[in-house]
Amino acid sequence: MRLFVSEGVPGCLPVLAAARRARGRAELLISTVGPEDCVVPFLTRPKIPVLQLDSGNYLFSTSAICRYFFLLSGWEQDDLTNQWLEWEATELQPALSAALYYLVVQGKKGEDVLGSVRRALTHIDRSLSRQNCPFLAGETESLADIVLWGALYPLLQDPAYLPEELSALHSWFQTLSTQEPCQQAAETVLKQQGVLALRPYFQKQPQPSPPEGRAVTNEPEEEELATLSEEEIATAVTAWEKGLESLPPLRPQQNPVLPVAGERNVLITSALPYVNNVPHLGNIIGCVLSADVFARYSRLRQWNTLYLCGTDEYGTATETKALEEGLTPQEICDKYHIIHADIYRWFNISFDIFGRTTTPQQTKITQDIFQRLLKRGFVLQDTVEQLRCEHCARFLADRFVEGVCPFCGYEEARGDQCDKCGKLINAVELKKPQCKVCRSCPVVQSTQHLFLDLPKLEKRLEEWLGRTLPGSDWTPNARFIIRSWLRDGLKPRCITRDLKWGTPVPLEGFKDKVFYVWFDATIGYLSITANYTDQWERWWKNPEQVDLYQFMAKDNVPFHGLVFPCSVLGAEDNYTLVSHIIATEYLNYEDGKFSKSRGVGVFGDMAQDTGIPADIWRFYLLYIRPEGQDSAFSWTDLLLKNNSELLNNLGNFINRAGMFVSKFFGGCVPEMVLTPDDQRLLAHVTLELQHYHQLLEKVRIRDALRSILTVSRHGNQYIQVNEPWKRIKGSEADRQRAGTVTGLAVNIAALLSVMLQPYMPTVSATIQAQLQLPLPACSILLTNFLCTLPAGHQIGTVSPLFQKLENDQIESLRQRFGGGQLEETFDLKAKTSPKPAVVETVTTARPQQIQVLMDEVTKQGNIVRELKAQKADKNEVAAEVAKLLDLKKQLAVAEGKPPEAPKGKKKK
Amino acid sequence: MVVPFKSLRAGQQWCRFPSEFEDLRTRSTMGKRRSMFQLSGQIPVLQTNNGPSLTGLTTIAAHLVKQANKEYLLGSTAEEKAIVQQWLEYRVTQVDGHSSKNDIHTLLKDLNSYLEDKVYLTGYNFTLADILLYYGLHRFIVDLTVQEKEKYLNVSRWFCHIQHYPGIRQHLSSVVFIKNRLYTNSH
Repeated sequence: MRLFVSEGVPGCLPVLAAARRARGRAELLISTVGPEDCVVPFLTRPKIPVLQLDSGNYLFSTSAICRYFFLLSGWEQDDLTNQWLEWEATELQPALSAALYYLVVQGKKGEDVLGSVRRALTHIDRSLSRQNCPFLAGETESLADIVLWGALYPLLQDPAYLPEELSALHSWFQTLSTQEPCQQAAETVLKQQGVLALRPYFQKQPQPSPPEGRAVTNEPEEEELATLSEEEIATAVTAWEKGLESLPPLRPQQNPVLPVAGERNVLITSALPYVNNVPHLGNIIGCVLSADVFARYSRLRQWNTLYLCGTDEYGTATETKALEEGLTPQEICDKYHIIHADIYRWFNISFDIFGRTTTPQQTKITQDIFQRLLKRGFVLQDTVEQLRCEHCARFLADRFVEGVCPFCGYEEARGDQCDKCGKLINAVELKKPQCKVCRSCPVVQSTQHLFLDLPKLEKRLEEWLGRTLPGSDWTPNARFIIRSWLRDGLKPRCITRDLKWGTPVPLEGFKDKVFYVWFDATIGYLSITANYTDQWERWWKNPEQVDLYQFMAKDNVPFHGLVFPCSVLGAEDNYTLVSHIIATEYLNYEDGKFSKSRGVGVFGDMAQDTGIPADIWRFYLLYIRPEGQDSAFSWTDLLLKNNSELLNNLGNFINRAGMFVSKFFGGCVPEMVLTPDDQRLLAHVTLELQHYHQLLEKVRIRDALRSILTVSRHGNQYIQVNEPWKRIKGSEADRQRAGTVTGLAVNIAALLSVMLQPYMPTVSATIQAQLQLPLPACSILLTNFLCTLPAGHQIGTVSPLFQKLENDQIESLRQRFGGGQLEETFDLKAKTSPKPAVVETVTTARPQQIQVLMDEVTKQGNIVRELKAQKADKNEVAAEVAKLLDLKKQLAVAEGKPPEAPKGKKKK
Repeated sequence: MVVPFKSLRAGQQWCRFPSEFEDLRTRSTMGKRRSMFQLSGQIPVLQTNNGPSLTGLTTIAAHLVKQANKEYLLGSTAEEKAIVQQWLEYRVTQVDGHSSKNDIHTLLKDLNSYLEDKVYLTGYNFTLADILLYYGLHRFIVDLTVQEKEKYLNVSRWFCHIQHYPGIRQHLSSVVFIKNRLYTNSH
């Protein structure tokens, strides 16, 4: 037989790696041909690799060739291998081809490449870790391993695309890659050029169709229905039956919260918002709200939790703001600190401490760390070229300069960073620099500054990262950013600035300078804790016992993952270093960008004036949390999610469950006699609950919210199928069935109230009050679904949880926040050309939304038809019909058709 | 069959899968109650009592064939086994994957050329590959014009043969092929 292979063709990797299996069984000739050669006479399109058999037949499928080699060696086919190979062909290959295409043809990087395969990689990782075997189909390497390894090798051989958190995949891949036949195959096919060897091959492939709407939509991925084993069902039933007694006692409240030896101690920080402005929704979801969800979850797990944040008050922006408002910097900080605190209180953020950085503790700790660094030789002194405005007679800090970005040509780049391309800028490199205060052109002058000697600390940092990163929950973007900084090599970083408003530098010759905010802002976490308790060192100098989670947007990663760790590693004082950096991508506003410095978007204090409750804001922001990719705030989407997910799904289910108990059973939870179908439901809910836990343990906040909605969907469907409102009027057996269904449903509602607690604390408390859920069950969430409302339990008064949002209302809010508030509220005096903020534009919805609505309409239509066919209760029918009409109206609006009643003005 | 809690958005294409198993299942010795199918998206899942669930059309089909003691349907020699699996993969990646008219015609052209000297996909033995490819192609073959059927003469001969194989066609419509050639120039 003869094997035809070609360099730079991915399918040849597994085939060559498997070929040795056939050695000694048959004579094998290997011919190298061009990648475009048509070897198989009956195929129109070229196909490599190909195996020509002695019978004259051809094998043209990579997997089939490998399979044949394995079969020759005496291997027998089995179900598990078949399943892996089918999955490889139908799921992995399309995803992988897309990723490789983006990488080698389009030159994309990072998450743009990894995004399309992440799901598949996670699937492999989970399968490996679940079955606890080193290989895909058991204890020994087999066909499935070779085929999948060969498919994955081109991408994963670059460590940047082998996510470290997938540790099982990691070790599986390393094991295979070090084997001789695999190494030889890689050498033959990739010729040591890495993935670029595949470039000519992929250039001839059609461009992969974009992964369905991922980048543009906030819709959940298609949910997969898990299959259940009898064992899983039995376990779920046992846990359910144990009920309340399996709950541990509530941990007593401590004040102050301090780490406890032998317990899980979770320290959570949210990036410190800058005090000079009101935070916008992007800031809120990026750090404080995300961290709040995790803190609340952590408390539900009974972990010893301290959540802290505060305003970052020093720096140039405060000085600018003070100039603008004619106040002193201290007055500005006092004023805005209160505004911040009020906003977060309104959003129900559960800080243990919300402090500030302008305190004596801050000075003490910062200067201590600096002195230690100085003494150990990690501080350099150097002359810096800096912009000086002769007119204002001072050196211009980064934020006092504006000019043309040297990288992308954006006209209003700031002195430290370009808003458009996001690159960091050295202020002297700006083209056409302007003093922001007087608009004159500054000159370059030299001045002395202090630098943190990062190159000298690099080795310690890498050692620490090597210990910390594997198996931790750092988000992929944070890993990627840190890795790329390290790859480019660290440079000394300036830690002083020519300012007055800051922590003074305790060194002769630098008395008129202060520390750069990014040297001391991260120290703010320590000083804020120190103001909370004099035992702050038990949190911050206790790396063995404390698990530190830091939440931020991705632009803050270098400071938390590199600069601060280097500072405290150099200080050699046994500081607690970050265990998990949780970084979000960016949240956009409608079609544009939120910008604090330009005042575009919805701001924290205005959210209160919209009349939309804080929990709805929380829900929507968390639903679109920019987790793994940028996302966008959209008013239309907010309306849609409120009306579909909250009102029709979650609210509808919880309300119906409670109402049935009140209406049919006098407010008393009925007796439950579980049928196999009910047990199956229990197991499904348990599985979804466990999924929720797995996701939140990994801080996948947005994804875990989907689990809540899935549980509620299970519940709705359960009620819909079992029709307790009909059975209650039937025979004894029917009435008993209605009781079981109602009892189970109201218990699911109780579970939902707890799962919802991190996301919507007020709604959660309302549900718990309505259901009179016993206290420990309100504050503890176990991994199993328990019967927390046993038969005989008396519930309270049930009322609807959510309100519908109307199109008119949303339309007017959109107009109000579309732009213009910049001029009203945040009029920057120095601004010469006010940029038109995002203008309200097209109102027609995206195709995905239309599709969703159409599906909803169809679904709701079926429900109505079913009810009518069954001659159901009139009110029931009327309610469902109303929902249907409403959905149709939404659809009409989304499609840009005028709704029946003329209301709201639509452009185009 | 168990309909999972999640709603099934029933599309014709998805309903096709279980019926494909119908045939295999009636041949198998399993009692009807012991195995359950669930549809997850477009991918069928088989839940059995005595082991983990199986996912994927060809995986489940091969499993059921073994359960029914009809392993010969998976091929007898190493070569035949590999060829059967190759065409099963072809079914789920090529036949199910593409539906543009152009793709289908290329596919039929290739298949026609392949079947020129063959009775079945493996040559002389009827296998699971013939069954699943028949099910997969049915929706395209019914739409072919008489002229096209004649153009893909070998495919037509094979297809007509398989649809008359006992127990295979089930509820699918019988496709009519004309025995005497009408378009003598086309082939």
